[in-house]
Amino acid sequence: MARRSAPEVNAGSMADIAFLLLIFFLVTTTIEVDSGIASKLPPPLEDEEPPPIKEKNIFQVVVNSENRLLVEDADMNIGKLTEAAVKFLDNGGGTDPRNACSYCRGDKDPESSDNPKKAIISLVNDRQTSYKMYLAVTNELVRAYAILRDRESKRLYNETYESMMDRLNNWPATETDTPEYEELEDRIDKVRDLFPRNLSEAEPQKR
Amino acid sequence: MSKFKKKKSGELPAVNTASLPDIVFMLLFFFMVATVMRDDELQVENKLPKANQVEKLAEKKKIVTIYIGSPSTAFQKQYGVSEVIQLGDKISPVTDVQTYVNTKRNEMDEDDKDAMTVSLKVDQKAQVGILTDVKQELREAMALKISYTSLNGDPLKNLKK
Repeated sequence: MARRSAPEVNAGSMADIAFLLLIFFLVTTTIEVDSGIASKLPPPLEDEEPPPIKEKNIFQVVVNSENRLLVEDADMNIGKLTEAAVKFLDNGGGTDPRNACSYCRGDKDPESSDNPKKAIISLVNDRQTSYKMYLAVTNELVRAYAILRDRESKRLYNETYESMMDRLNNWPATETDTPEYEELEDRIDKVRDLFPRNLSEAEPQKR
Repeated sequence: MSKFKKKKSGELPAVNTASLPDIVFMLLFFFMVATVMRDDELQVENKLPKANQVEKLAEKKKIVTIYIGSPSTAFQKQYGVSEVIQLGDKISPVTDVQTYVNTKRNEMDEDDKDAMTVSLKVDQKAQVGILTDVKQELREAMALKISYTSLNGDPLKNLKK
């Protein structure tokens, strides 16, 4: 008897089936944005006096209803905001040992911030400010912190803060007990401590 | 000579389509992997602004999303044109934010409750006022971890229009 090979299945319509699936996924799905500027809200206010903060340790940023920017009582273009914020944070004007900042490379202007740990950026915005302006300002201020953190982490660990954060986020979940992981976390905390993100938003005015 | 007769016919040979399924499957897998099913149907305009200091959001199960924007054309008759808040799949007043966040939080696993992040998807044309109201509500609800969801790009380009 002649050996008969099994008849081949016709694969001609495979493409049609795959196209059908493809079109289904194309139509039903949207690429979701999964990135954003992380921020923390302060807990609800309790009736206690806010701690005294020296005027010179506050960097005042106001955005009005026409999306104009007022920084430390002067009109400013948003392109220069990061630079001004870096200058303020990195000033290190503190003189007595308690306030002095050993790693700052700023002008040591006595009229500006003492120490990055004390320096606070205060953002006030009008209700009519547009969201894109608000986000751009927030972004620029966050960038100022990122620049300084990058600088310090390069100096201390020869690696940018960003790449350390990347490594932390992509660490395999099963290996979080290893000493390497803890060391990385430790380093990130240290750099973060050098330039804590003290970005404060004013309490909204009661209407 | 009859050996070569066949080749003389002027017809073009058919293109081989055997690898077509492979190509289509490749596209299919790309789309399957790259896209995420959206849970809520958008009822507001939601064109996100750009920013370059973005961080990746936490896992999806730890995230609560709040949309802010003007109602889309189909809903303008009902809700007007000024900005509204969309919680889940319906447009709600600002007073519902706390309840919504608390409900969502109760549905989460115990471990995820502390790591809950509220992703604020605000339309770039919206005004900050309504966002401020939402943030006040979130503070009251003790949902303090938030993220201004935005596309990766230069924020200054947003402003130039």
